[in-house]
Amino acid sequence: MPTVKSLDDLRKIKEQAMQKREIKTASGQAQVTVAMGTCGIAAGARETMKAVLETIEADQLQGIVVTQTGCIGLCEWEPIVQVTIGDQPKVTYGKVTPERAQQILKEHVVGGQVVKNLVVPA
Amino acid sequence: MRELSLHLLDIAENGVTAGAQNITITIVEDLRTDRLELTVEDDGRGMDAVMVAQVTNPFSTTRTTRKVGLGIPLLKLAAEMCAGGLVVESTPNVGTKLSVNFQRSHIDRMPLGDVTGTLLSLLVGWPQVHWVLRYRVDEEEFVFDDAPIKTELGEVLPLSDPEVIGFLRGALREGIAAVTKRTHGDYVKVAEG
Repeated sequence: MPTVKSLDDLRKIKEQAMQKREIKTASGQAQVTVAMGTCGIAAGARETMKAVLETIEADQLQGIVVTQTGCIGLCEWEPIVQVTIGDQPKVTYGKVTPERAQQILKEHVVGGQVVKNLVVPA
Repeated sequence: MRELSLHLLDIAENGVTAGAQNITITIVEDLRTDRLELTVEDDGRGMDAVMVAQVTNPFSTTRTTRKVGLGIPLLKLAAEMCAGGLVVESTPNVGTKLSVNFQRSHIDRMPLGDVTGTLLSLLVGWPQVHWVLRYRVDEEEFVFDDAPIKTELGEVLPLSDPEVIGFLRGALREGIAAVTKRTHGDYVKVAEG
């Protein structure tokens, strides 16, 4: 089974991270939430989630908390992604395609600038 | 929904909503009997008999219960179109088991699609749940259990760490490819997406 070998790989990843950690200082905690109700999934939320994870991987973004939520009652805006940075108010983005998810991560989560044209109108 | 793995994601989300701590997803492809069976079993708060009877009917929706909606009726219909069916068993305070089966070769059967993407989404998005995937094709079985991974990572790294995401994807993709390669390269190609 590849699992046995895999856990060794995981141990290496952990050890490397522990070494890096001594240099890194924690920045404001960023939370990215993808709505994954039936409406979200049918609208493509899994591919949006996938793009979020791929961007984290490709750009080596540390310290981002990725979570999910169910239907939040804005089904017509799905796929929906919510971003919270530190103690700033939560920003809700609608119709988040994989490309837009990547843009939101780069501009908002990393760059600190809300992507205004993708925000769901209040 | 165009993939059975999207339905698996949807059903698994129900388990999370039901407060489950342990969720096991099982995929069984039996080539000799030409059946495909998917099962999602959770230890959430469960449902009483009245509610179980309702979950497959979209029109009896009360909307006060999160478990009632379109997800299960759509999956049931998809199964019934393919000489199969859907069964929900549930016990209050014990958990829920949903099984759905298909004639594997049926022309209308949706492809499984990106099982890796579904699992990755669940693992990273709901780290407090203990996830198990069992994928069996005839006698060959791949079991993915996130418990040893979480034990190894401890408090040091979250599942959303870039290296850990890569590790999880690799482990799932490798394991699934190993059990499916002999029978259907078509699934593997879709799952690579």
